[in-house]
Amino acid sequence: MGRYVIRRLLQMIPVFFGATLLIFLMVNVMGDPIAGLCGERACDPATAAQLKREFGLDKPVWQQYLTYMGNVFTGDFGTAFNGQPVTELMASSFPVTIRLTIVAIFFEIVIGITLGVVTGLRRGRPVDTTVLLLTLVVLSVPTFVTGLLVQLLFGVKWGWIKPAVSPEAPFDELIVPGLVLASVSLAYVTRLTRTSIAENKRADYVRTAIAKGLPRHRVITRHLLRNSLIPVVTFIGADIGALMGGAIVTERIFNIHGVGFQIYNGIVRQSTQTVVGFVTVLVLVFLVANLLVDLLYAVLDPRIRYA
Amino acid sequence: MRGARYATWVAPVAAVALTATACGGGGSSGGGGANGVVSSSWGDPQNPLEPANTNEVQGGKVLDMIFRGLKKYDPKTGEAKNWLAESITSSDSAHFTIKVKSGWTFSNGEKVTAKSFVDAWNYGAALKNNQKNAYFFGYIEGYGKVHPDTGAATATTLSGLKVVDEQTFTVTLSQKFSTFPDTLGYAAFAPLPRAFYDDHAGWLAKPVGNGPYAVDSYTKGSQMALKKWDGYPGEDKAQNGGITLKVYTDNNTAYTDLTAGNLDLVDDIPAAQLKNVAADLGSRYINTPAGIIQTIAFPFYDPAWHKPGQEKLRTGLSMAIDRKQITETIFHNTRTPAQDWTSPVLGQQGGFRNDLCGAACEYDPAQAKKLVAEGGGIPGGTMKITYNADTGSHKVWVDAVCNSINRSLGNNRACVGNPVGTFADYRNQVTQHKLSGPFRAGWQMDYPLIQNFLQPLYYTNASSNDGTYSNPKFDKLVDQANAQTDRTQAVNTFVEAEKVLRDDMGAIPLWYQNGSAGYSDRIGNVALNPFSVPVYDRIKVK
Repeated sequence: MGRYVIRRLLQMIPVFFGATLLIFLMVNVMGDPIAGLCGERACDPATAAQLKREFGLDKPVWQQYLTYMGNVFTGDFGTAFNGQPVTELMASSFPVTIRLTIVAIFFEIVIGITLGVVTGLRRGRPVDTTVLLLTLVVLSVPTFVTGLLVQLLFGVKWGWIKPAVSPEAPFDELIVPGLVLASVSLAYVTRLTRTSIAENKRADYVRTAIAKGLPRHRVITRHLLRNSLIPVVTFIGADIGALMGGAIVTERIFNIHGVGFQIYNGIVRQSTQTVVGFVTVLVLVFLVANLLVDLLYAVLDPRIRYA
Repeated sequence: MRGARYATWVAPVAAVALTATACGGGGSSGGGGANGVVSSSWGDPQNPLEPANTNEVQGGKVLDMIFRGLKKYDPKTGEAKNWLAESITSSDSAHFTIKVKSGWTFSNGEKVTAKSFVDAWNYGAALKNNQKNAYFFGYIEGYGKVHPDTGAATATTLSGLKVVDEQTFTVTLSQKFSTFPDTLGYAAFAPLPRAFYDDHAGWLAKPVGNGPYAVDSYTKGSQMALKKWDGYPGEDKAQNGGITLKVYTDNNTAYTDLTAGNLDLVDDIPAAQLKNVAADLGSRYINTPAGIIQTIAFPFYDPAWHKPGQEKLRTGLSMAIDRKQITETIFHNTRTPAQDWTSPVLGQQGGFRNDLCGAACEYDPAQAKKLVAEGGGIPGGTMKITYNADTGSHKVWVDAVCNSINRSLGNNRACVGNPVGTFADYRNQVTQHKLSGPFRAGWQMDYPLIQNFLQPLYYTNASSNDGTYSNPKFDKLVDQANAQTDRTQAVNTFVEAEKVLRDDMGAIPLWYQNGSAGYSDRIGNVALNPFSVPVYDRIKVK
């Protein structure tokens, strides 16, 4: 187990460097970011040259990359174009997005798995058909439509929520945006769980457990669910990263000043430091989440061993 | 009986409505009246908030509230009025003596003196400070030494600035510039307190100025609370308790928040909502002209677009565009078809002429087709209009303009749009002269002067002359206008220069942009100034 973890951690290193290098190159391909800083007017050449020097943009890309990575390891993510250190932007936006992600994951787990179990056990019944139809609707409607619709109905027409989340973004204001963000994944989780449960319901060990006379809830939670959760856990694990990075749409609709908003701003203003910094952290989140998922397998199914 | 029933039904509704409005206002503290706080939408400023470093509307909005300069532009007429300036005198349009009114202080108690201005201008001009508006000081003598185009600066202060006594200083310009005093209302010329230099980081975290508002708290990226400064000596004292600027991720969300009653003021109605805005807000929707013009510029650096006789081609293209239809259907009348190269906010006295472009800006497909043919046709058969696709819904109108041109010329391949992903990349291609066809151009005035609409854009090698338009006759008239000591004469000479630009069709004027805003029924007396920024200090809370 220990060796497995170490091996996985070592594997992360090339992935990490490869991913950051790619992002770095992609942002640089877009051209000179200083050009956009002075509005419709060209920056005067002297100021432009000096700004480039300050942000290290006058050096070749490989050198920029090395300097950047060197700084990252000392905890310096550079400065955004508005003069704020990128770490400061991270400190203000990551907590917000983490809260939003927690809310979304919570809904995915609670609603998604519950619906999945219920429908999986009652395959072909009206409940199953209804839920299947509902998830189909959710899957086929893009998030921004769901988001705007919910905002309009709950926020403006009925006034149940505030259409815009305040800058502090406490948990209670994030419930509805979190639900919107989770909606598509939630539908996937439901369907995954349903299929998995329905398959395993006929398995020998379930029949044995029932034959032993175990109470129904124990058969379901201990035997059936535990074995059926492996694909679901894989999905949710990968989803943590996807939700944090992919919240751009939801964050824009509900005015959430999180990671998605910062990355969007960084891209529009072509602020290399902001984009690369945030994406670097997101890459780490992805990698760690995937590692955790793999380790969880062993807990769910002791037959899976890591030597 | 009926009446009584009605009454019982009305009472609870009224009660609900009352509580609803009480909850509204977006958590703004303080009640109504003179102490009421107004919440307003805001965008995250792109640059650090320093007067000489702010070149976009969002940062400019704040500077407009916390600073007052030598001059101030009248929010209605745009006229430059003396504000902190007691007098600005000159006998030759190159040497100016400026007397600063006494009795003014910054909100931290420090006196505003001649030195407050001179130091601030020296700071703004110095190359080492990276101020993006440094070129505003370019007319002052010695600018080349503190801000050389290449190499290191050889001086730290502008030789053209001299403090005479506590309230007086002199300015020497390196060339004649008759309307120079009128430029002094621009934020870059604001005075700065000592705290700005002594504790720069601290100042940026909580800017201190001398305007009607003082910054109460500033959380970068999310909101800034400004409160009325009671010690403000000017006559434009704030008529409300303060303004809370809230950063929105998207102006659609800000608009939604306004309609839900959580926000008082939105100063940028999203394009998608323009068709609903009359129904949603009624008379609380403002749509007034601003000092912004949109044009199509040409790449004169490209030999294919720089041949004699091509002014006919350019004029033909201008006549092929149905401005009226596009402004009505696409922009819902938030744009006005252009009739010259300036803006209606200048007024007749300022040099706006509603007949200057004349027939060349009228839609006339037959004449357009004829002129384009006489001008040698479109180089290469197809022209691409380049624009940035990330902001400003440029795609929609560029496609419409191309459609109009194609229809007029009876050629489906005459014009196509050429989107560029980001504004930075677009600017990059524009400034490096990489474009081989016309491109969208826009100009938001820095100060309401005809000079600002012509010189930076069309003078040979000027800072924003991206298409490298050049005509010695135009340059000569601009020089003459700047040397005039009489204002009316100066304006008239600028109009003469503009006629040269028209005959060349150096750029196709499309339309003037309006400022649009909407507000809640909690506030009143809302108006936009010629820069399309709300006149915050006059807003009254009910």
